[in-house]
Amino acid sequence: MELKLFLMILISMVFINNFILSKFLGLCPFLGVSRNIKPAMSMGLAVIFVMTLSSIITWLVYRFILIPFNITFLRTITFILVIASFVQFVEMVVLKKSPALYRTLGIYLPLITTNCAVLGVTVLNIDSFFVQKAALHFSFLLSLAQAFFAGIGFTLALLLMSGIRERLELNDTPKCFEAIPIAFIVASLMSLAFMGFNGFKF
Amino acid sequence: MKLYALFKEFSKGIFKENPIFVIVLGLCPALAVSTSLENALGMGVAATFVLVFSNLIISAIRKKVPNKIRIPCFIVVIASFVTIVELLIAAYVPLLQKQLGIFIPLIVVNCIIMGRAEAFASRNKVLPSIFDGLGMGAGFTLALSLVALIREVLGSGKIFGHLIFKEFNPASIMVLPPGALLTMGVLIAVANLIKQKRK
Repeated sequence: MELKLFLMILISMVFINNFILSKFLGLCPFLGVSRNIKPAMSMGLAVIFVMTLSSIITWLVYRFILIPFNITFLRTITFILVIASFVQFVEMVVLKKSPALYRTLGIYLPLITTNCAVLGVTVLNIDSFFVQKAALHFSFLLSLAQAFFAGIGFTLALLLMSGIRERLELNDTPKCFEAIPIAFIVASLMSLAFMGFNGFKF
Repeated sequence: MKLYALFKEFSKGIFKENPIFVIVLGLCPALAVSTSLENALGMGVAATFVLVFSNLIISAIRKKVPNKIRIPCFIVVIASFVTIVELLIAAYVPLLQKQLGIFIPLIVVNCIIMGRAEAFASRNKVLPSIFDGLGMGAGFTLALSLVALIREVLGSGKIFGHLIFKEFNPASIMVLPPGALLTMGVLIAVANLIKQKRK
């Protein structure tokens, strides 16, 4: 029963409600770092990592600080600060512990702070799993799953896009469509394809 | 003369440096809430409010804030105004809150607001910053409304929820996510075309 719920979150987050292609969260990095496959992969990994961990932290903060003190209206401001400081912290740790990893992820980490997908998933977690009044540990696990799979979906879309754009470079697009407009058209076609997953029934 | 300079700060946001079509910032809300003109206007007004007030505060405190921690400071200022807007919308237009949903708190990470704080308000005096915020907000709202207008007319044959065409089969794909991306791509291409023609 519970396993089925997790499976549902997986399919919904990766395919049906893909963060980029159907919810429009995180479009800026999607257009910015999708020129080549390698940086796209690094960005995707960084996003999965930050999303999962910051959703754990924000869940704990919400449950054990904001709710007891009855200051849930400060959610937005708290979450963005938590995410910003967490990203800064990760950057420092990665720089100290593994300079090689820093070289691949480093420049993308600061960008993630203003990636709306990260703040989006944390807010979405609270909205969708606290309202239902699910049992606490369960809501925690669901949030964790949602964040992780949303990250996977983000990475999938980013990788597909970068693969297409690498080939697109060689093609002769009309001058006014170069770079960003053509990327939008491609994204539109991809999103059309992803809409096909809507037919999944459980 | 001074009035003219202020007007210039205002008008550049609408055409020459339109945040969405020319600078290409703040796309996530632009695509997600542009399903109908009503949502687009609501989002535009909310973002403009945050933009103007955060520009005002940031330009007022720009000399007090140490350079190294300026980004967190800006974020706190912006997030406070977003919280204010969130509460105001929840209190007065709950219907809009339901429509915009998660995208109201996400105004915090709208790149336009952070971008203007960093590129303009932290380097200019209070009055020009307010006008810059107003202009950018107006440009954002206009661009959003244009996308929404195209999508609403083609996708459901309505404007502001009123049916305008009778003998018209709406292409509902336009109000779905692919339509948003397609409209955006074509509009940015048109903006590019105009830019190239002017040169």
